[in-house]
Amino acid sequence: MKSLKKSLLSAAVASVFAVSGAQAAGISDDKVKIGVLADMGGVYADVCGPGCVTAVKMAVEDFGGTVLGKPIEIVSADDQNKPDIGSAKVREWVESQGVDAVTGLVASSVTGAVTKVLTDNKKIALISTSASHAFTTKACSPYNAHWTYNVVSLANGTVKPMVKDGKKKWFFITADYAFGHALEKVASGVINKNGGEVVGAVRAPLGTTDFSSYILQAQSSGADVVALANAGSDFINSLKTAAEFGLTEMMDVAGLLVFTPNAQALDPAIAGGMKLTTGFYWDLDDQTREWSARFKERHGSIPAMGQAGAYSMTMHYLNSIKEAGTDDADAVMKVMKKNKPNDFFARNAYLRNDGRMVHDMYQVRIKKANERKNADDIYVVEKVIPGDEAFQPMMAQCDFK
Amino acid sequence: MATFLGINLFGLFGQLLVGLINGSFYALLSLGLAIIFGLLKIINFAQGAMYMLGAFFAWMALQYMGINYWAALIFVPLAVGAIGILMERFLLRPIANEDHLYSLLLTFGLALILQGAFTHMFGSSGMSYAIPEELKGGNRLPFMYLPNYRAWIIIASLAVCVATWYMIEKTKLGAYLRAGTENPQLMQAFGINVPLIVTLTFGFGVGLAGFAGVMAAPVYSVSPDMGSNMLIVVFAIVVIGGMGSIGGAILTGLGMGVVEGLTKYFYPEASTTVIFAVMVIVLLTKPAGLFGKEA
Amino acid sequence: MQINKTAVALIGLGLVAPFVLYPVFLMKVLCFALFACAFNLLLGFVGLLSFGHAAFLGTGGYITGYMMLHVGLTPELGILCGTIAAGLLGAVYGKLAVKREGIYFAMVTLALAQLVFFLYLQAPFTGGEDGMQGIPRGNLFGFIDLNNNMYMYYFVFAIFLFGFWLVNRTIHSPFGQILKAIRENEPRAVSLGYNVNDYKWAAFVISAALAGLAGSTKTLVFQLASLTDAHWHMSGEVVLMTLLGGMGTIFGPIVGAASVVAIQNYLSGGELGNYIHIIMGLIFVVCVLAFRNGIVGEIQKVIKRNFGN
Repeated sequence: MKSLKKSLLSAAVASVFAVSGAQAAGISDDKVKIGVLADMGGVYADVCGPGCVTAVKMAVEDFGGTVLGKPIEIVSADDQNKPDIGSAKVREWVESQGVDAVTGLVASSVTGAVTKVLTDNKKIALISTSASHAFTTKACSPYNAHWTYNVVSLANGTVKPMVKDGKKKWFFITADYAFGHALEKVASGVINKNGGEVVGAVRAPLGTTDFSSYILQAQSSGADVVALANAGSDFINSLKTAAEFGLTEMMDVAGLLVFTPNAQALDPAIAGGMKLTTGFYWDLDDQTREWSARFKERHGSIPAMGQAGAYSMTMHYLNSIKEAGTDDADAVMKVMKKNKPNDFFARNAYLRNDGRMVHDMYQVRIKKANERKNADDIYVVEKVIPGDEAFQPMMAQCDFK
Repeated sequence: MATFLGINLFGLFGQLLVGLINGSFYALLSLGLAIIFGLLKIINFAQGAMYMLGAFFAWMALQYMGINYWAALIFVPLAVGAIGILMERFLLRPIANEDHLYSLLLTFGLALILQGAFTHMFGSSGMSYAIPEELKGGNRLPFMYLPNYRAWIIIASLAVCVATWYMIEKTKLGAYLRAGTENPQLMQAFGINVPLIVTLTFGFGVGLAGFAGVMAAPVYSVSPDMGSNMLIVVFAIVVIGGMGSIGGAILTGLGMGVVEGLTKYFYPEASTTVIFAVMVIVLLTKPAGLFGKEA
Repeated sequence: MQINKTAVALIGLGLVAPFVLYPVFLMKVLCFALFACAFNLLLGFVGLLSFGHAAFLGTGGYITGYMMLHVGLTPELGILCGTIAAGLLGAVYGKLAVKREGIYFAMVTLALAQLVFFLYLQAPFTGGEDGMQGIPRGNLFGFIDLNNNMYMYYFVFAIFLFGFWLVNRTIHSPFGQILKAIRENEPRAVSLGYNVNDYKWAAFVISAALAGLAGSTKTLVFQLASLTDAHWHMSGEVVLMTLLGGMGTIFGPIVGAASVVAIQNYLSGGELGNYIHIIMGLIFVVCVLAFRNGIVGEIQKVIKRNFGN
């Protein structure tokens, strides 16, 4: 009994010292802990997943492994694209494991649930791969930072030029959840505004195995363009089925969200010539090539845009902690918004008050087989879209100073 | 575009044809289930996993051993059937005398293991398997473009289903089988090795799922959960058709594919629920199923 | 007597647990324990294997979520609504399902649950694949702030105890005796003049309502209702919990639920995440082949053998 009392006492004393030590450095519980939440084995595993974990690890190593003299730790988990699993995991991370910020964040449905938990707990969401623009508009929060791209930039980059080119009638095959709905809505807005019309839409569940009936609906719709408002393996499967049923020869097929691993997986005979918008391409210049080569060495494939984004935002987050002298979320966000990120990924970039990271986007064309020098040589960058043209304007109620 | 009473006929026919293609898979899978249920009184929850296994075996055979589609179409069902035989002999037979619910739970567990193992090995994003060279391309029908491979699915599945039905209902082997279902003791007394028939039947039923898996590989993405998504629908079909009815399973499988196609045309939102709704109606009016005998 | 002692010990354990373990984890265990108890009432004491109990868990969750989010009810009323809704669904499904037996019963419940699943997938109010997000925990009776995990925990614990007590009351009542008689020998129960289907139906409704209560509570804890709870995998999981713990035993479902949730939690964080399905499947197979009494059942057997009187 006595020894128990003693050890309790010493533990209490030690914890008092630990707390006071932490306050001096401004780092809660003596470490900065970053959680990486992503789909690790499902339809979106290739576009973020383990690659995002690698990217975050690279950022931490490049930063030196410690910040303000305290270690930086990384934990990761698989959300299986399910909002309940993701939000329960993040709740556990912030409530019982001292996680300070969560990155990765892929399926918009999961990100929606997770950002709510993080905001309630005043922790930062570093969104790398989600597409929905809700996190910086109607569901905006002072603790959200949305990197890489969003549906608005996709619609502005891909849809607008096509409508202006005279492709007026559109049909949507949409992934049936937050991301697909948001993309369809925003893209429809762009189409209508530029004098086009949406002649129909079908909603296909996430992970649909057979797209044939949707393709048939698209075929009999009389549209000029069939827009695939889906991503990952859904995009691959729907495009393959479209080719099988001869749809690609009858009308234009536009992939609204295409990640490099998906473009790489497709037969160039099917995908070659398709135009799309991306937030990053590895073969842009020496800086991107240098980082991408390092990434490929560790991960085995060239980076998808969300993976490059995850590195960039982790770096910016750590730099901001260093400057703020604390890992307190409010203070760090302030610095993140004040300082402009500038690295191989973030060009002409700044983090807006609503949490939207505005930067250059790229309009690219998928190369045909005869244009490719090697398996990684998949895009031609046709145009750089300045950030302010690509993203939505800020909403007044999201102006978190 | 041809229309009749405001209905776009081309679109409708297209959906019906796609429904028939899906129905071919339903028919193959529910036929396998019905055969197994008829003889063993087991609901094989692993039937979906066997279908997945068939698709993955075909994919692996091509990827690692260079075995092409046509060879896979023969070897893979045999391999899957062999796994089924092992499963029956070493896992199901020891509990054959317990409540049948235990065998249902056992096959459910096996399905989880198989699905988990393949997810672990290949991830769940799905592999793609190229359509065999001979069946590439397609024909322009008046109302739609029909890829050759999809036409092949309907023909091959129907052929296999009809052959199976014929074998069970019209041949001597089938007579043994049916008699074994009705009265195993008597059959045993006649000197017929009933346990062997049971094992082979299970292997055959499971092999049908493997065959369906190979057929599916080129058109659906080869992924670990392809079977579990399909299985529940197939269960509903077996309930609608009447459990254990061979002909009922085939007809209901094809029929439900068509019903689904119709719904996709007229009211797409309900296309995933329609089969279950039909099932409820059938249960209310004909509890033994459309082709089943009252137990 | 034995049961009372064990129950008292468990209550004591439940009261101190949140000081040692992460309360949200414990709440998850309690919700699933209640779900498994409700399920066990049907499987263990009437002999009916329902493969569609996820429908009730999901219904409870969605209705409670809707009431909290859009009607602004207090948590206790929200949970009550969810429970009643699940009970009503159970009344309808029970009517359809109890006509069939054994495997047919399992298939019918599975297919009916699937109907509900697809309805929830399509219906706008559930949020489909996104789930129903941002459900407030609210203030219990209007003044206890449930955002505090400790308050929430004790509220959940109280709900669990109520559900557990209700299951036990049912089992040990004359009604429960008749249920057991049906399980042991249905034709005899019929010949004694009992309307067997009515009894089965009543048990089904109670079980469904309690499953709904578990779902409602879970939604409040996680502030989210999602399709996972209505998916047929969930129906399989509750079978596993009950089987592992020991079907037909009083404490089996609790032990089973705690084990399964603990395994899942342990695996989901680490490198072993991929093995969840494999391990769950293995447990199923091992239980069925060698271990049909479950953990509690085996322990009871050992106790009986060594200390039996």
